[in-house]
Amino acid sequence: MSDTTLNGENVHLWRGERHVLRGVAFTVSGGECLQLTGPNGAGKTSLLRTVCGMAYPEAGRICWRGRDVREDLPSFHAEMAYLGHEPPLKMELTGRENLHYWVGVRRRFAAAELDAVLARVGAGRWADRPVRTLSAGQKRRVALAGLLLMAVPLWLLDEPTTNLDVEGQHLVGALIDEHLAAGGLAMAAVHHPLAVAERGLRRLELGGV
Amino acid sequence: MSELSVVPSLVSPERVPRSAPGAAAVAWMMLERDLKLAFRKASQLVQPLAFFAMVTTLFPLAITPELTRLRHIASGVLWAAALLSSLLALEFLFRDDAQDGTLEQYALSGRALTGLLAAKTAAHWLLTGLPLALIAPLAAVSLGVPAHALPGILASVTLGTVTMSLLGAVGAALTLGVRRAGALLSLLTLPLAIPVLIFGAHATQLAIRGEPYGASLTLLAALAVFGMTVAPLAAAAAVRINLE
Repeated sequence: MSDTTLNGENVHLWRGERHVLRGVAFTVSGGECLQLTGPNGAGKTSLLRTVCGMAYPEAGRICWRGRDVREDLPSFHAEMAYLGHEPPLKMELTGRENLHYWVGVRRRFAAAELDAVLARVGAGRWADRPVRTLSAGQKRRVALAGLLLMAVPLWLLDEPTTNLDVEGQHLVGALIDEHLAAGGLAMAAVHHPLAVAERGLRRLELGGV
Repeated sequence: MSELSVVPSLVSPERVPRSAPGAAAVAWMMLERDLKLAFRKASQLVQPLAFFAMVTTLFPLAITPELTRLRHIASGVLWAAALLSSLLALEFLFRDDAQDGTLEQYALSGRALTGLLAAKTAAHWLLTGLPLALIAPLAAVSLGVPAHALPGILASVTLGTVTMSLLGAVGAALTLGVRRAGALLSLLTLPLAIPVLIFGAHATQLAIRGEPYGASLTLLAALAVFGMTVAPLAAAAAVRINLE
C-alpha cells in the first residue's frame, strides 16, 4: 500500500504517572483533514508528537503508507511537516532568512517560490524585517509560509490559528482546503473549529483525564 | 491560488525528493546560519575572548612581573585559561535552538542530525576556538614566552580547542533538558578534557624550551580526529532523547 494514508492503531502513551492516550485509533487519507478536539490536557499535542516520532508510545503504532513509521523515520519526516505551539523562528533573522535556513535543508527552492508563499500568507511586506520586530500573528504567518514551502503531503498542526486575526483564521482554513484538494492530508489539534470545507473533514474527540 | 502554482505537487510518492540538497550543502547552510546568528548578537562572541585575556593578565599581576619566572608557568596558565574560556560559550551551543523550536524542526527534517550538529559544532569552533587559538600567542608573549615557541602554541591550541568544541557538543546535547546546565556541563566536560590539557600543556612547554614538540601535537591531533568521529553521533543521539 503506497497511497497516502496515515493511521494510528491502539496508541497508548504515558507521561509519567498519567495515562494520556488510551487506545487512540484513527485513519486519515489523502484529501482528508483530521480535526483533534478535546479539553486541555486531553492529549492533543501528545498525539501529534507521537505521530511525528518525538514521543514513543507504550503500545500501538503509527503507520504511514501502510508501514510503521519507526521502520524508517527519516523518510517519514521528509514527507511531513509539524508546526507546534510556537513558530519555530530565529528572532535575529528576517522571515525570509528563517525560511531559507529552515526549509532549505529539506529542499531547494527558487526565490520566486519563496516570494509566492510569502505573498500567499500575506507576509510579503514584512518578510525582510527581523522576526523579533514582528507581532505574534505575523510570526505565525511566516511559519505558515514555511509549511507551504516544505511542499510535503502530511501536515501536523498544533493550534494553527493561535494569535491570528479573523482573516488569518480563514487563511488557515483556505490553505488546508487547497492542501487537501492537491491530495495532501492534515491532522490539526484545535480549540475552535477550523474554517475548512466539510467534505474532507473528519473529527477525533480525545477525552479528558 | 495562482500564486501557489509554483509550489510542486504534493502527492508524488518520491521517497527522497529529487530537489533535496546534498549533505554537504545542508551542512554548509547550517554553518552559514550559525555564523550569521552569532554576528547578530556579538556579545556572546566576545565573552570567552575577554575572559581568556583577563585570566592570562591576572597571573602576572598576582605572581610576578618577572618574565623569566612567568615563562615557567606560561604553558599551564595558557591552557587552563583556554579550556575554561571555551567552556564558557558551550552552554549556548544548542540551547537557543532548542528553546525556539528550530532544533526540533531540524530533528524532524528527515536529514541526518549527525551532519547538522557536526556543522553547528564547526561553527562554534570557528567562533570561539579559532579566535582563542589566534590570541593565545599574544597572551603567550605577555607571559614572556620567546617568539620561537609561538607557532607551537598556535598549533596546539588550535587542535586542543577543536577537541574541546566536540566534547562540549556532547555535553551540551546531554544537558539540553536541564535548567541552568552550566555547572553540570563543566562537571561533565572538564574531566574528559584532561588529556587535552596534559598534551597541550606539554607541547607548549616543549615549544618554549625549544625542543621538538611534534609527538604531543600528534596526540592532540589524534584526540581531535577521535572526537570528530564519535562526538557528532553521540550528540545527535542525546539531542533526540532530550527533544522527547
